[in-house]
Amino acid sequence: MKRVNAVVVGAGAAGGIVAKELSAAGLSVVLLERGKWYTSNDCRKDDLRNQRTTVLGNAFGPEDQGNPRVLVDADGVANIMLPSEGGYQNNAACVGGGTLSYGAMAWRYLPQDFRMRSTYGAPAGSSLEDWPISYDDLEPYYEKAEYEIGISGDDSGTPFRGPRRRPLPMPPLPPNREYQILEPAAKRLGLHPFPIPMARNSVLYNGRGPCMRCRWCVGFACEVDAKNGSQNTVIPVALATGNCELRTECMTREILTDDRGRARGVAYYDAEGHLQEQLSDIVIVSACAIESARLLLNSKSRLFPSGLGNNRDQVGRNLQGHHYTGALGFFDFDTYDDVGPGASIAVSDYNHGTPGLCGGGMLANEFIRLPIQMVDRMPSGTPRWGLAHKQAMRCNFKRNIAVMGPTQQIPTADARVTLDPTVRDKWGIPVARISGNVHPVTFEIGLVQAQRAEAWLKEAGAASTIINAGKPTTVSAGQHQAGTCRMGNDAQDSVVNRNCQLHDVDNVFVIDSSVHVTNGGFNPALTIMAIAYFASEALVRSWKGTGFRS
Amino acid sequence: MQSNRGSGRLTRRQFVTAGAMGGAALAVGCRAHSHGGWDFLRDAQASTLAALCDRIIPADDFPSASEAGVVTYIDRQLARTYRRYRNAYCDGLEQADAISRKRFGRDLAALTAPQQDEIAGAIEKQNRKFFELVRNHTLEGYYGTPRHGGNRDAVSWRMLGLAEPPILGRAQYDLRKGPRS
Repeated sequence: MKRVNAVVVGAGAAGGIVAKELSAAGLSVVLLERGKWYTSNDCRKDDLRNQRTTVLGNAFGPEDQGNPRVLVDADGVANIMLPSEGGYQNNAACVGGGTLSYGAMAWRYLPQDFRMRSTYGAPAGSSLEDWPISYDDLEPYYEKAEYEIGISGDDSGTPFRGPRRRPLPMPPLPPNREYQILEPAAKRLGLHPFPIPMARNSVLYNGRGPCMRCRWCVGFACEVDAKNGSQNTVIPVALATGNCELRTECMTREILTDDRGRARGVAYYDAEGHLQEQLSDIVIVSACAIESARLLLNSKSRLFPSGLGNNRDQVGRNLQGHHYTGALGFFDFDTYDDVGPGASIAVSDYNHGTPGLCGGGMLANEFIRLPIQMVDRMPSGTPRWGLAHKQAMRCNFKRNIAVMGPTQQIPTADARVTLDPTVRDKWGIPVARISGNVHPVTFEIGLVQAQRAEAWLKEAGAASTIINAGKPTTVSAGQHQAGTCRMGNDAQDSVVNRNCQLHDVDNVFVIDSSVHVTNGGFNPALTIMAIAYFASEALVRSWKGTGFRS
Repeated sequence: MQSNRGSGRLTRRQFVTAGAMGGAALAVGCRAHSHGGWDFLRDAQASTLAALCDRIIPADDFPSASEAGVVTYIDRQLARTYRRYRNAYCDGLEQADAISRKRFGRDLAALTAPQQDEIAGAIEKQNRKFFELVRNHTLEGYYGTPRHGGNRDAVSWRMLGLAEPPILGRAQYDLRKGPRS
């Protein structure tokens, strides 16, 4: 197989951007993806089989057969998890990765989100740290992501945001009924509500039409291709350069290294299950936080006996996601208008500045709910089955609003990905073993956030409410997983430098949510994309053919 | 959705389904007797399951679980995605009838609705894991997409006031505004 300049492992939010940036700069690129390339024709609108409701499996991978993980619970008991089970912490396995089927909220983190340790101090037992880059460093790349991927919205109504040079390229979608109910209530509470920024066309953009506002949104591929991910933006551009080859259904087993410890390519299983070697000058790992860590840990050699870049036992640590809390309000009038994507209004007043507590998060109304998603969310006291349950569904399905948000998790070094000593996947590769939990101060602010969500719903006229602020006993990484290959200036407590380059191996990069030092109080997709643009530019700048300028 | 029923000839879809059912029948584990059109269940098991499902979602002015095809949904999944629950269903349904016979002298399906409610409550207490399985699968079959055999004619969606088929292509814009081309 012909040697190339770069192999990118994973065609998700970050990998697609890296492939496009490198191939546009003239590098030859092979983009490896373990899943398939689905199109909008594959939108099956299957309420029971999608990336959100997975009782009959994940629509966009991985499939339940042959892709286990191990989750260690709070008592130290290891359980094998299937991809359709919550404890698996699945994102997706397909071209586009999570961005094919995500809800598509496209947030910029706030300036304080990059300085969490400086802002709050590190709680004892946490691994809270500042990023080595600032919001200002990332701002131009946020903008680039917003324009190249295509974001709609308008954040001019909130003072709780970082400075931006240009407004978003598309206006927000027109408000749905929940927006109209929640907006005046938020203003009465002194908050600053605004439409959620979304990677979703509200007008013709990038050659594709606007959202048709159906109810099958988060968890589904978009039937009219109005949801913007890497699969319908940057990856087609990468392929059009002629410098990038996308190989789907290819599972990377390990990064190959030479005697000096530098990468010389990857070994992967192709769609027929044959082991292949793709040699390259550089390797970029963009497989999402859990699988990226797993790939590095599985890449063992004489110089890296415990995995590539892991001689200081940092790879896989600081696994985090978001602690979702909020409230569900029941109204005595119809709140449901059957207009997707449903999620429409947010406040970022509560992301920072709660006295005595650490962090916070934005609060927003939830995505539009399908009936199956409401069966366990009836008013308190409703029987779980029988005529009373059926009639509660009939009364309440169209009369509820959920407000919730991704509370920023305070990381710990013990929440981590390791390799399971015995369990292997269908290719025989050791699987990820997930253990530990985030720092308990996360749950304190999570409860306050839920109470704030409840207050907003009550102000909006909710007749009754249910608070949802549990204390998960395992890490809740899931689709927002991050942190496992931390970015930092000090090689002792991080894995990559500010340009996403391994401290120990100059031709291996980790470019995805793994590098997030902290994960903000927002959905992480746009930040993943911005970092991909930022790191790709640094890589191209220092590239001199088959090595790097020093 | 049921328009092909009784037409006397197989459509392509029915033919494909029949083939899949034949294949699934080879894999049946605890079924000892011939079956009446189910992919996995025996007729007697299907009757017991229908009785239980109909306590979880009884009829009012909209159909009960079994009337909406929930047993078909569960049966199809037991031959496919839910193969791992086969033993739980076989054992659980047997136990349900055993409890029923002990308390009322007849199988669950032959009891009155209040008697069935009592047995359902007893199963919930005695075999919580099985009851939760049936409860969750019943709700999936009733409120989920019709494509898997439940929610026949999208009846639960219509019950909840959802348009089915959905109204597509309705981007809500005022086309009179904005630049004219």
